[in-house]
Amino acid sequence: MKEAPMEEILKTQDLKAYFEELEILKGINLSIPKNRVTAIMGPSGCGKTTLLRCFNRMHEETPGAHTKGKIFLEGKDILSMNPILVRKMVGMVFQKPNPFPTMSIYENVLAGYRLNGIKLRKEEAQGIVEESLKKAVLWDEVKDFLHRRGTFLSGGQQQRLCIARALAVNPKLLLMDEPTSALDPKATRRVEELVTELKEAVTIVIVTHNTSQAGRVADYTAFLYLGELIEFGPTEELFTAPKDPRTEEYLTGKFG
Amino acid sequence: MESAKTDKIFEILTRSLGSLVLATAMGGFITLTILSWPSIKAFGPSFLWSTRWDPVQGQFGALPFIVGTLATSFLALFISTPFSLGTSLFLAEYSPPKIGNAVAFLVELLAAIPSVIYGLWGIFFLVPLVRKMEMAFNLPPYGVGGFTASLILAIMILPYATSVIREVISLVPQELREGAYALGATRWEVMRYVVLPYARSGILAGTVLALGRALGETMAITMVIGNRNELLRSIFEPTNTMASVIANEFTEATSSVYLSSLVEIGLVLFVITLVVNILARMVTERLKMEKGE
Ligand SMILES: Nc1ncnc2c1ncn2[C@@H]1O[C@H](COP(=O)(O)OP(=O)(O)OP(=O)(O)O)[C@@H](O)[C@H]1O
Ligand SMILES: [Mg+2]
Repeated sequence: MKEAPMEEILKTQDLKAYFEELEILKGINLSIPKNRVTAIMGPSGCGKTTLLRCFNRMHEETPGAHTKGKIFLEGKDILSMNPILVRKMVGMVFQKPNPFPTMSIYENVLAGYRLNGIKLRKEEAQGIVEESLKKAVLWDEVKDFLHRRGTFLSGGQQQRLCIARALAVNPKLLLMDEPTSALDPKATRRVEELVTELKEAVTIVIVTHNTSQAGRVADYTAFLYLGELIEFGPTEELFTAPKDPRTEEYLTGKFG
Repeated sequence: MESAKTDKIFEILTRSLGSLVLATAMGGFITLTILSWPSIKAFGPSFLWSTRWDPVQGQFGALPFIVGTLATSFLALFISTPFSLGTSLFLAEYSPPKIGNAVAFLVELLAAIPSVIYGLWGIFFLVPLVRKMEMAFNLPPYGVGGFTASLILAIMILPYATSVIREVISLVPQELREGAYALGATRWEVMRYVVLPYARSGILAGTVLALGRALGETMAITMVIGNRNELLRSIFEPTNTMASVIANEFTEATSSVYLSSLVEIGLVLFVITLVVNILARMVTERLKMEKGE
């Protein structure tokens, strides 16, 4: 209890998530610190993706899925807000890169505006594209063919394009669900470096299976097991002195 | 060993079946050409643009029927496409699965209704309706004619286009939809900017399939189009289509040039259908390339 007091951006209160009758998250109480990277870890099927998808109300898009409890984003309960407004504040990067194949790289970056019917002046649009691609460290690689389709890019470049797309609308919170699981080691490292750089500007919650990845990028780590939050704390502390035996078992590779 | 052998047998089988299909189509084409030879010889290419269809004088030209077929088919497509697109979008994106399946079943049932039933329904329901409408607009109150035929066709082709379009829409990868939702898009925006552009080539394919159906439809059309073998000047007038004139006059064709003119119309219909499908395939391929597949 001697950690410096942290400013929290997102906080859940007894959050429960369901598919039909099946309770997937069983009352999660978690605070996500602002301008930090928080990793969510845990064995397969424990509810990491579900938890992440609650944070931008994507969970409810699945037919039959619903939630109970409260999620506060900067103090406001997002479960009682319009999901569309929530998603404009909370960006998401998926496991599999999913740039829109019918749009150019340029249009992909601006998709958050276009999809919401926001018209931008040309200079403004160009500025956003350049800035977002630079933030995603993709600018130098694509600046000469912005108007070609994003599908020609490599997997790692596509994922960075998706990150740029999410950043373009200036989210307060960026959710990443195993963003490197479809990438090779080199592309993985680039995305990891990117995550570390980005936390200056945006809070990141990243789901990962990979303990060493959490060690490299995350300031805080949450350990989830069978829909319950077992442990949460600074990554170093959690890794070196886990309080719960299940955390230790997981970290030493006993399961998952 | 065994599996290599079965592979070989399977390959030979599929290959010969494939060739059989091709041979049948070719055979059909050749037969039509041979049978229409007297007419081709008598009228030459002017058969295609002559508007005179006169069995008494033995003068035959196909233009009224070509125009009748194209006009009714394209008008039907024009009327039907908003509905098929709307229905399939509703089924794929808006409706709860249970309702969606029920509606899809009903729409597909439309395809199972025999053509002649559509014709009867047309005669007893649509024709009086169109006649009233024509009177209201101060048009000659035929009731039957190109417009009525187009309406019937529009309904008849609806299930074909709808089921193809529904299929291609459901093939749009879920992760693209999710990507769009996660950016704060509404259902409509996801559809407008992600689903429809992605499904474009498939939608076109469905539309062309429907057009192919419309070009060849015979029975229902014959019953409501008025069967007047004259070039259509207004869509509300009675006219005739290629398929319909063949079905109507085949048994009455007494002279050999009359008969072979009807067969030549069949040949022209065959070629038009083929060309429409090839064009559609070409456009579909180009759209796919653009999508980077
Ligand atoms: N659409 C669904 N309908 C019903 N159950 C689901 C659905 N999606 C996921 N589940 C169940 O919810 C539980 C949690 O799934 P979730 O995807 O959140 O796990 P995860 O921790 O992200 O796993 P992984 O590491 O494999 O990605 C699993 O038991 C899964 O079977
Ligand atoms: Mg997951």
